[in-house]
Amino acid sequence: MAVTTSKPLDARVLRADFPAFEHLSRGKPLAYLDSASSTQKPRQVLDELRTFYETSYANVHRGVYKLAEDATAGYEGARAKIASFLNAPSEREVIFTRSATEGINLVAYAWGLDNLGPGDVVVVTELEHHSNFVPWQYVAKRTGAEFRAIPFDDYGELTLESLDEIAAAGNVKVVANNLVSNSLGTINPSERLGAWAHEQGAIMVVDAAQAAPHRTVDVQALGADFVAISSHKMCGPTGVGALWGKRELLERMSPFNLGGEMIRSVKLDKTTWNELPYKFEAGTPAIAEAVGFGAAVDYLTEIGLEAIEAHEHELLAYALDKLGEIEGVTCYGPPPERRAGIVSFNVDGVHPHDVAQVLDWEGIAIRAGHHCCQPLMTRFGVAATNRASFYLYSVPEEIDRLVDGIQKTRKLLG
Amino acid sequence: MAEDLYREVILDHYKNPRGHGVIEDADASADGLNPLCGDEISIYVQFGDDGETVEEVKFSGRGCAISQASTSMLMEMVKGRTAEEIAGLPKEELLEEVGIPLTPIRLKCALLGLGVLKVALHRAKGTPLPQEWAGLDELELT
Repeated sequence: MAVTTSKPLDARVLRADFPAFEHLSRGKPLAYLDSASSTQKPRQVLDELRTFYETSYANVHRGVYKLAEDATAGYEGARAKIASFLNAPSEREVIFTRSATEGINLVAYAWGLDNLGPGDVVVVTELEHHSNFVPWQYVAKRTGAEFRAIPFDDYGELTLESLDEIAAAGNVKVVANNLVSNSLGTINPSERLGAWAHEQGAIMVVDAAQAAPHRTVDVQALGADFVAISSHKMCGPTGVGALWGKRELLERMSPFNLGGEMIRSVKLDKTTWNELPYKFEAGTPAIAEAVGFGAAVDYLTEIGLEAIEAHEHELLAYALDKLGEIEGVTCYGPPPERRAGIVSFNVDGVHPHDVAQVLDWEGIAIRAGHHCCQPLMTRFGVAATNRASFYLYSVPEEIDRLVDGIQKTRKLLG
Repeated sequence: MAEDLYREVILDHYKNPRGHGVIEDADASADGLNPLCGDEISIYVQFGDDGETVEEVKFSGRGCAISQASTSMLMEMVKGRTAEEIAGLPKEELLEEVGIPLTPIRLKCALLGLGVLKVALHRAKGTPLPQEWAGLDELELT
């Protein structure tokens, strides 16, 4: 299990681990409030990448020489760290992917195309990131399955009353949900949805890209069949993610990408597949990035997921308080106790792009747009929102600067 | 400075957009979306008796100050020109009018209206489409 300490974290001390904060942005100290999009990287991860490239780099699983052995040990060591971080029963169930998106696509294609057809129902939610929405919509269309989305209420929380009606629509075969919503921060009842999915005879696919950085994700406690995470959202390098899947499902599945590494034997008339997890890892993987991902997991584990969650909660409550005091600011999403450190808001009469632009000149980085959640935006009747998101290195002063910046925006454009 | 970007003329066009509205039974129209920020713009054109000269042009939609202001400026700029002339209108001419330095992302906001207008004219008159324009390359899910 990942959580080893409940000691509160000191964001000011941790901030010193992140070189990005040593540089000015538009001549001002950087207030980085876009961690839900991607996190900054600590020295511990950056150093690991450099050391690995300088001392242990070669291709993995092939060479019989020392350097290749070292590289393979680093890569497989990272897999073991991630398996332990997710409390996976076996390392062989952890597949390195390019991203959480690729992990979900892997399941949608390799499981979905073979197992879905007319009369089946694929269920997502209106809160999904496009990465856990579009692949299912696409595969449903390709296979003739029905595609349904669980709606949410005015607080951005799923309304599970619709489940019976969805179950009546056909054979529910897949339920896909993000554990934490990237645009509202809603912590979803994925465990409950998983139990319901299994009652229907469906598989449960959890997009934990936004959850894994912030709270313990235990794949066994979740009761899911597949869980996808992403390195860059949890202090690790870009270009690598992981998919955990139940062994019996992974073993029965067709391959996804085909090529080197994923094969056992290739003949002119027939090719057989490698064992797990390599069956799903065609081509040379992102070796150093995977090692960096392992270092990021070490970094988070040492701080403690509970401490990170508590810190974010504190900042979230502070931000909601402060933003609530500004006239003409509307915040979206559930109450702080049921969400991660993400605040989506709008400023009356000012388009989010303009808000973000004015804030940028103050050295404040937020996200403005639909956050890859167009169905969600449609439901709230807005084209876009502003989103401020916090992480272990965020400090209350950044929120104060955000508030001042919004006041300035209102004066200029409101 | 934020004040340079949101200079007075931009704010004026943003707060009092010219040609804002809808033309019922327009001779040409098109809708466009900038998927990056959710800007939406629809443009309606009415031609004069020669069937070539833009007699009336209006836009509706919602978006950031840059997209709304630049489309408002565009409305003033194209009235009285022919479809052919507008199709050949270089984006630099509009950007000069907008007159502020724009990052690549904001450039898409500023040029959305021009792209939508050229699509509307293309549909009605077969005039050439711009080689690149913001947000109009939506892929239909099939």
